[in-house]
Amino acid sequence: MFEYAPAPESRDIVDIRPSYGLFINGEWVEPQSEERHKTVNPATEEVLAEVAWAGEADVDRAVQAAAKAFPVWSALPGAERAKYLFRIARIIQERSRELAVLETLDNGKPIRESRDVDLPLVAAHFFYYAGWADKLAYAGFGPDPRPLGVAGQVIPWNFPLLMLAWKIAPALACGNTVVLKPAETTPLTALAFADICRQADLPPGVVNIVTGAGATGAALVNHPGVDKVAFTGSTEVGRLIARGLAGTRKKLTLELGGKAANIVFEDAPLDQAVEGIVNGIFFNQGHVCCAGSRLLVQESIADELLEALKRRLGTLRLGDPLDKNTDIGAINSAEQLAKIRELSEAGEAEGAERWSPPCPIPDRGYWFPPTVFTGVAQSHRIAREEIFGPVLSVLTFRTPAEAVEKANNTPYGLSAGVWTEKGSLMLWMASRLRAGVVWSNTFNRFDPASPFGGYKESGYGREGGRHGLEAYLAV
Amino acid sequence: MTTPLAEVASSTSTLRAFLHGLPGVDRVGADARAAMLGTRSIKTTAKKQAIDMAIGMVDLTTLEGADTPGKVRAMCAKAVRPDPSDPTVPRVAAVCVYPDLVATAVEALRGSGVKVASVATSFPSGRSSLDVKVAETRLAVAAGAAEIDMVIDRGAFLAGDYLKVYEEIAATKEACGDSHLKVILETGELATYDNVRRASWLAMIAGADFIKTSTGKVSPAATLPVTLVMLEAVRDFLAATGRKVGVKPAGGIRTTKDAIKYLVLVNETAGPDWLHPDWFRLGASSLLNDLLMQRQKMATGRYAGPDYFTLD
Amino acid sequence: MSERLAVRKTYKLFIGGAFPRSESGRSYVVTSSKGDFLANAARASRKDARDAVAAARKAFPGWSGATAYNRGQILYRIAEMLEGRRAQFVAEITAFGGVGAKQAGDMVDATVDRLVWYAGWSDKIGAVVGSANPVAGPYFNLSSPEPTGVVAVVAPQEGPLLGLVSVIAPVIVTGNTCVVIACERAPLPAITLAEVLATSDLPGGVVNILTGSPAEIAPWLAGHMDVNAVDLTGADPELAVTCEELAAENLKRVLRPPAGPVNWLADPGLERMTAFLETKTVWHPIGV
Repeated sequence: MFEYAPAPESRDIVDIRPSYGLFINGEWVEPQSEERHKTVNPATEEVLAEVAWAGEADVDRAVQAAAKAFPVWSALPGAERAKYLFRIARIIQERSRELAVLETLDNGKPIRESRDVDLPLVAAHFFYYAGWADKLAYAGFGPDPRPLGVAGQVIPWNFPLLMLAWKIAPALACGNTVVLKPAETTPLTALAFADICRQADLPPGVVNIVTGAGATGAALVNHPGVDKVAFTGSTEVGRLIARGLAGTRKKLTLELGGKAANIVFEDAPLDQAVEGIVNGIFFNQGHVCCAGSRLLVQESIADELLEALKRRLGTLRLGDPLDKNTDIGAINSAEQLAKIRELSEAGEAEGAERWSPPCPIPDRGYWFPPTVFTGVAQSHRIAREEIFGPVLSVLTFRTPAEAVEKANNTPYGLSAGVWTEKGSLMLWMASRLRAGVVWSNTFNRFDPASPFGGYKESGYGREGGRHGLEAYLAV
Repeated sequence: MTTPLAEVASSTSTLRAFLHGLPGVDRVGADARAAMLGTRSIKTTAKKQAIDMAIGMVDLTTLEGADTPGKVRAMCAKAVRPDPSDPTVPRVAAVCVYPDLVATAVEALRGSGVKVASVATSFPSGRSSLDVKVAETRLAVAAGAAEIDMVIDRGAFLAGDYLKVYEEIAATKEACGDSHLKVILETGELATYDNVRRASWLAMIAGADFIKTSTGKVSPAATLPVTLVMLEAVRDFLAATGRKVGVKPAGGIRTTKDAIKYLVLVNETAGPDWLHPDWFRLGASSLLNDLLMQRQKMATGRYAGPDYFTLD
Repeated sequence: MSERLAVRKTYKLFIGGAFPRSESGRSYVVTSSKGDFLANAARASRKDARDAVAAARKAFPGWSGATAYNRGQILYRIAEMLEGRRAQFVAEITAFGGVGAKQAGDMVDATVDRLVWYAGWSDKIGAVVGSANPVAGPYFNLSSPEPTGVVAVVAPQEGPLLGLVSVIAPVIVTGNTCVVIACERAPLPAITLAEVLATSDLPGGVVNILTGSPAEIAPWLAGHMDVNAVDLTGADPELAVTCEELAAENLKRVLRPPAGPVNWLADPGLERMTAFLETKTVWHPIGV
C-alpha cells in the first residue's frame, strides 16, 4: 500500500483577530448592535473569531457611507476605477495563500480547492471587470451607461470570497458603491478583503462590509437607500427578497438554488464522465448551487458506469481540509449537516438504495461521507429538493427525449451536464435543456468571461462576462 | 466485453469495430485529471516510501549509438548498487540496452536479481520486415534478455491496418518464448488519446505483458495523461479478461517529483496492486541520481550535491 | 329604401387560435370616450386566463423551436395583414374618439412599421446579445439568448393598438408565447388585431388576448406557476405591486411599469426583448 502521509498547509500564514467590527467608510467601526457571534472552523468546531451581527442602525450607517461615496466614485474616469480594481486583483494574488488558508479554515473546503479554484478565480474576476471599467460605452448598453448607485449585496457561505468577487468587481467597475454582507458562518475572508481595500487605498465608503445573519441581510436589501440588490443563496430567501422589493425601483438579480441533471449517454468518454460526475457533486462537498446532483445515465451503460463511479469514489480522501491531499472537506455548519442527514434519511425511507465508500469520519467537526443513491425515482425528495451536500441521486433514461424531459422536470434551471462524443446530440440536448449553463463533457467550470445564472426558480440576471455588467448599469 | 477477444483479431474489420467501440477519451478531461493528481503532496514517510519504490521500478536505460561494453558494465554496476555509500538503497528493476549488448549486461548482472531488457524489432522506428524483427527478437532472447521492448508499426496503426500491428506483436510474443514482452506504443506519434487507448488494447489483445509509452527518441515521450489513459486500459483489460498487464512510461522522467507523480497516478487509477516492479516500470537514466539525491536529503536533512553521486 | 342596417361584430376572446366567449358568460360595455355604446366585449375570467396560459404553454415548444427566420417572416406577415386592414383600425380608433382620422392613420402606420422593425430582429438579436466568451482554458464557450417561456402581459392602458403591438411583438419575436390583457377601456382594436394574428400564419396559442379587467385577471396570471414572466406595463401602481409580489412565488421575471409616460413612437430599444430572454452558456472542451 502507498499511504500518503499528512501534508497540512501551514496556518501560520493567517492572522485572525479575536474579534471584528464592521468595515464602514474605510474604517473598522464598533457596531451599535450588541449582538456578537462566534465563527468556527467546521472541521474542528474550534472558535476562530467573534464577529458582530449588524443591526438596522449599523446597516444604515454603511448605506449612508456608500451613498456618500457614490458621487465621487461614479464620477471617477473609468480608467481610474480600473486601476483600483487591478490593484485589488494584484493584492489578492500576492496574498492568495493566506486567503486560501483563511477560506479553508472558516468554510471547511479542502485547501486544494481554495488554493487551485477559489483564489485564482477571485483574482481573475477582479482582473476581468477592471478591464471593463473604462470600456462600458462599448458594452452594448448605450453610449454612456450609468451606474445605479448603492448596491446591497448578500452572499452565501459556499464560496465566500469568490462570491464577494462576483458581486463587488462588476459593481465597482460600473461605478456603483457597495455594502456587502457575507454569510454568518463564513465572514472572515470578506473581513480580510476589507483590509485589501485599505491596502489598495480604495476611497472610503466605496466598499463597506457588514457582518450578520438573515436580519442583517433583510435590513440591507430593504434599506430605502439601496438602489440595487444582488443576492446569491437559497430560492426560499430569494423569493422573500423579490416579494419585498415589489413596488420599489430597486434593480434585483438573484442567483439561487439548483438541482442539475448530469446526463451521461452510452457513447460518453466514460473515464472523463466519471470524473465529471465526481467533480459535479463532490466538489466543495456538494455545497454548490449548480452541483450535478441528479445523475441521469442511459440504461445501456448504467451498471458499467456505476461500478466505475463507485470504484472512483473509493479513492476520495475525506478529512482535514488543510491537508493538501484532501478531496472532501467538512460540511460548513451543524445546521447544514442536519439538513443533509434529514434528506438522506428521506431518500432511504422512500426506497432508494444508499451507498457510501468505506470512509473514516473524523471525531470532531461536521462531516458527511460521499453518498450515492441508486434506484431513485423522479418523485423522491432526493431527486427534487436541493440537498446542497455530497449526495448524488442516480436515475436512468432510455432516449434523448426522455433525458430532456426528466432533466427539465424541476422548478430549477441553473445548470446541466451532457456527456456524449456525438456533437449533434450534444447540441440538440444543449438547446433543449432549460438551464443557464450547460456543461458538455465537463462540469463545474467557471470563468469570469463566462456568464453564469439560472432559468426559472434558479433566479435571474447573469454574473460574469459582458452580461454581468447589465446588473449594475441603468439599462 | 461481450466480444470474445480471440475473435476480435480475426480480421482488420473486427479489430477496427472493437477498438473503435471503446469509450472515447476526452483530452481536456484526461489532462485535467492527470494535472489534479499531479498536485498530490507526498511528504515525509510517504516520500521515503515512494523514492525506494521508484528506484526499484527503474529500467536503467542506455540506447545510444555510442554505447560500448564498458559503458554497459558501468551502468550495470550502478543498477545493482545505485549508491555505493548506502547499501540500504534497493537495486533497480532492470537495465535496458540494444540487442548486441545484452550478453555484456547478462554477464555483468548475473545473480544480482536485476533483469536485462533489450529493445528489438528495429527500434526505434520499427521500419523493417517482420522477419527481421522476429530474428532480432530471437537474437536478444538467445543472448539472455528476460524482457523484450518492441516497437509497434505506427505507420500501419495510423493507416488503420490494425491486423498488421496485431500480427507483428503476436509474432514477436511468440519469438519471446518465456521472456516478457513490453510493447512500445510510441504515443508521441499516435496524436490522440483515443489512439493511445486503442493501441493499448490492441497490444494487450495481441499478448503484451507490458505496454510502454515511448522509445525516448520521439518528443513528447511519456506524459502523465498518456500514462493515465494506459493505466485505465490495463485496469479495464483486467476486468474484461482476468489478465493483468504492466505499464511503463519511458522518456522524459528526470526528477523525483515527476516519478512520484507517476506513482500517485498508478495508485489512484489502476490501484495499489500495480505498485510493484512486476507491474510498473519507469524507463529512465538520469532519474536515478535525482532519486538518490532526494533520498539522501531525507536521510541527512541536507540538500545533496551531484558530485556525490556517480555518473554511470 | 331604408338605410341598410349594419351587421355588427361580436367581440370575443382570442385563446389558442380560437375566438371563444368568456367561459363565465360575462361581457362589459365598451363606449367611446364620449360615452356612446360601441360594443359588448367579453369580460374574461380567471378560468379564461388559465385556459390562455395552457394554450400559450402548449404553443411554446413549437414557436420557440421554430427558426428565427420563420418567426421573422410571420411577424412580417402580421404587418402585411395589419396594413391590409388599415381602414378598419382607423375606423375603430376614431370611433373610440379623442383622435382624428389623420392621427389614427399615423398610429396604424407606426404600428405596421413597429412590426416590421421587430420582424427583422428575430435573427439578429442573438448576434447582438449573445457572445463567444474567451475563457482561460481549452473550452469552447458560447452564450446565446433563449426565450423565457410564457409571458403574461398587461397591455398599456393608452395606445390601444400601437402600445399593444409594441408590447406583444418583442415578446413573441424572441420565441416566447404570451397571454395579453388588452386595454380595458378600448379593447376593440385588440380583438381586431387578434383577427389579423389568426390570419398571419401565427400558430394558435402564441398570442392569446383577453379583454376585461386587468385588476381582476392580472393577479391570477402573476400568481400562475406555469407563467415565467410578467410585463406590467399597463398595470396601475397598486396592481403592479400586487402582481410583483405574486410573481415572486416562482421567481417570474418582472418588467415593471415605466416610471413615467411612454412615447410609443420613440425607438423602443432592446429592453423589451432582453427582458424576456434568458442567457444560456454552453461549454465544451477543445482537444483532439
